[in-house]
Amino acid sequence: MMQTKIARNIWLGIENLLLHKLRSFLTMLGVVFGVGSVVAMLSVGEGASKEALEQIRKLGSNNIIISSKKSAEEEATSTQHSHMSIYGLTYEDYHRASESFKDIEHAVPVKLMRKDSRLRERAMELRVVGTTPTWFRLVPRELIAGRRLQQSDLDKQAPVVVLTEHGARKLLATESTIGQTVRIGGSQFRVVGIVKSEGGQAGSIQIPDQEIDAYIPIDVARVYFGDIFTKRTSGGDEREKVELHQMIVQVNNESKVEAVAEGIRRMLEQFHKKEDYKVSIPLALRKQREATKRTFNIVLGSIAGISLLVGGIGIMNIMLASVTERTREIGIRRAIGAKRRQIVYQFLIETVVLSTIGGIIGLGVGALIPLLITYFSGMVTVMTWKGVLLPLLISMTIGILFGLYPAINAAKVDPIVALRHE
Amino acid sequence: MAGAGASSNDREILRLEDACKIYQMGTEQVRALAGISVSFEKGSFWAIMGPSGSGKSTMMNILGCLDRLTSGSYHLAGRDVSQLDDDSLSEFRLRYLGFIFQSFNLIPQLTVQRNIELPLYYLGWEARQSAERARELAEEVGLGDRVGHRPTELSGGQMQRVAIARALANDPQVIFADEPTGNLDSATGEQILELLIKLNEAGKTIIIVTHEASIAKHAQKRLHMLDGLIDRIEGKSDDAD
Ligand SMILES: Nc1ncnc2c1ncn2[C@@H]1O[C@H](COP(=O)(O)OP(=O)(O)OP(=O)(O)O)[C@@H](O)[C@H]1O
Ligand SMILES: [Mg+2]
Repeated sequence: MMQTKIARNIWLGIENLLLHKLRSFLTMLGVVFGVGSVVAMLSVGEGASKEALEQIRKLGSNNIIISSKKSAEEEATSTQHSHMSIYGLTYEDYHRASESFKDIEHAVPVKLMRKDSRLRERAMELRVVGTTPTWFRLVPRELIAGRRLQQSDLDKQAPVVVLTEHGARKLLATESTIGQTVRIGGSQFRVVGIVKSEGGQAGSIQIPDQEIDAYIPIDVARVYFGDIFTKRTSGGDEREKVELHQMIVQVNNESKVEAVAEGIRRMLEQFHKKEDYKVSIPLALRKQREATKRTFNIVLGSIAGISLLVGGIGIMNIMLASVTERTREIGIRRAIGAKRRQIVYQFLIETVVLSTIGGIIGLGVGALIPLLITYFSGMVTVMTWKGVLLPLLISMTIGILFGLYPAINAAKVDPIVALRHE
Repeated sequence: MAGAGASSNDREILRLEDACKIYQMGTEQVRALAGISVSFEKGSFWAIMGPSGSGKSTMMNILGCLDRLTSGSYHLAGRDVSQLDDDSLSEFRLRYLGFIFQSFNLIPQLTVQRNIELPLYYLGWEARQSAERARELAEEVGLGDRVGHRPTELSGGQMQRVAIARALANDPQVIFADEPTGNLDSATGEQILELLIKLNEAGKTIIIVTHEASIAKHAQKRLHMLDGLIDRIEGKSDDAD
């Protein structure tokens, strides 16, 4: 009974709006765009944060990554001929770090070098990663074939290599390749496994693995390739000595990441004359991401808020005009016996119907925008229930908020005056 | 009933006692009703006459619960309504009264059917029943074939018939008509008058404001107003006051 009555009132409201189709439609547009932008904003924001979380996951949120880099002074002198730069993390740093912090669960030393590699007649340049089996704990990637590095490989200084999916595919290495020999930088390595990679860039911090990685025991890397690298540049050969290119540290508790990072920084400061290292924390990246997301949300939120406000004012404006136009109708209804609140109700229903229909259309428009964004820019967008219900709720609220004043105005109409109104 | 004066009897439906309506226009006061006492019986047919500005419409608005007195009292169906609030007055209009206006006052965007249904909507009738009653009423005023039309598609006489059908929808005790034939030619006016007479014969109390003697002569009582006061009340030629 109650429901049929509400349904009837809503239907009467729709009928009235249909009398002025174009006007109702134009009035609605404000809400359509307002709600559309809210929906689009929410789904883009949701997508961005999902993407950010995904990147953090790849980096490991409990990890600290310490990389070697040329200090600023070194950078300035290295252009000179036949100069050898010596910089970066040392084996000593690695041992010291892994022993002096009780909150460090794992630490991995990483030696990086690019080497031409050959498997039978196939050749390509691989990034050789000299490391320990712990690497695979801190950079967990799916095993495709064979096995990962083991402690015994390290102990025996076995010339074994674990290839990465992409590199393996290029070298035509398959499951049946396990056990075969690949030549890396002139030395022979036995292929023991193939793992997936998630390579790519994550903001300023590089994801630890790349798709052309080849993992070998660190001591083997040291013995076979040494610590001195020659880079061929246009100005001639450039030589540099780097013991470790990276050190990845995993802390046992997320809350201690920053403290440990600070500790490592202080420790390195003590033993390095120049600042030839960089300590970065994925966790900090996340915090930075969250901060950016907050600003992003505030900016987009205010844009959406302003367009909703404009939409609401548009509705209010039209409803005020409509009340004036329908003064006589209001007078007639009042003379017949309509109470003030029934007049308020009638006009309020019209605005709420208007804004809600606008909201539903806006939802459609707003759902389309993220699809286009994803299609053209590849940005991830996510539609959630919250992203659908919230804008609808907002549009109804807009209807009530901006419809109330015109509706109350309508109810104030004096029937005697209204009936004389021409 | 409580507060009933000496002049009341059980046939009485409306009674004004020393009714004053004063409009404040800046510093000036307009006494639209300057102290009127009059009683209307159930089932009677009154014509209110008088020169322009004498207070006829003001009196109709008071009697029709559209306006409130400045002083004095007004009893409707045995209750003092002079002190009621806006909602209660609306309720009285909805249950006891019907209105017919000079300019018809139909809602242009609604069909004849919907216009007639309007009082029933506010009375909370169900859609099907009120549609049925609206059709019956349209039939009664001779517009059974026009229920789907909009008021703009009708002649003046037809519009006034719709207005009468609408005024009848809530089965009112009293029907007020402020110059119902004012916008119609005399032949059409006669037809509308006939409808009103028929309603009166069916027991409705009818009060009309009119300038035309040819209309007024059909009323049982003619109340002549002058400057916000009752000038005189005439009965039908046989029982002159
Ligand atoms: N809202 C108002 N404010 C001020 N004065 C008013 C108002 N309504 C009516 N009056 C005054 O009250 C007096 C009576 O007006 P009313 O409308 O009752 O006259 P009437 O007898 O119906 O006249 P007519 O035959 O022209 O319709 C007039 O002097 C009019 O100017
Ligand atoms: Mg008048």
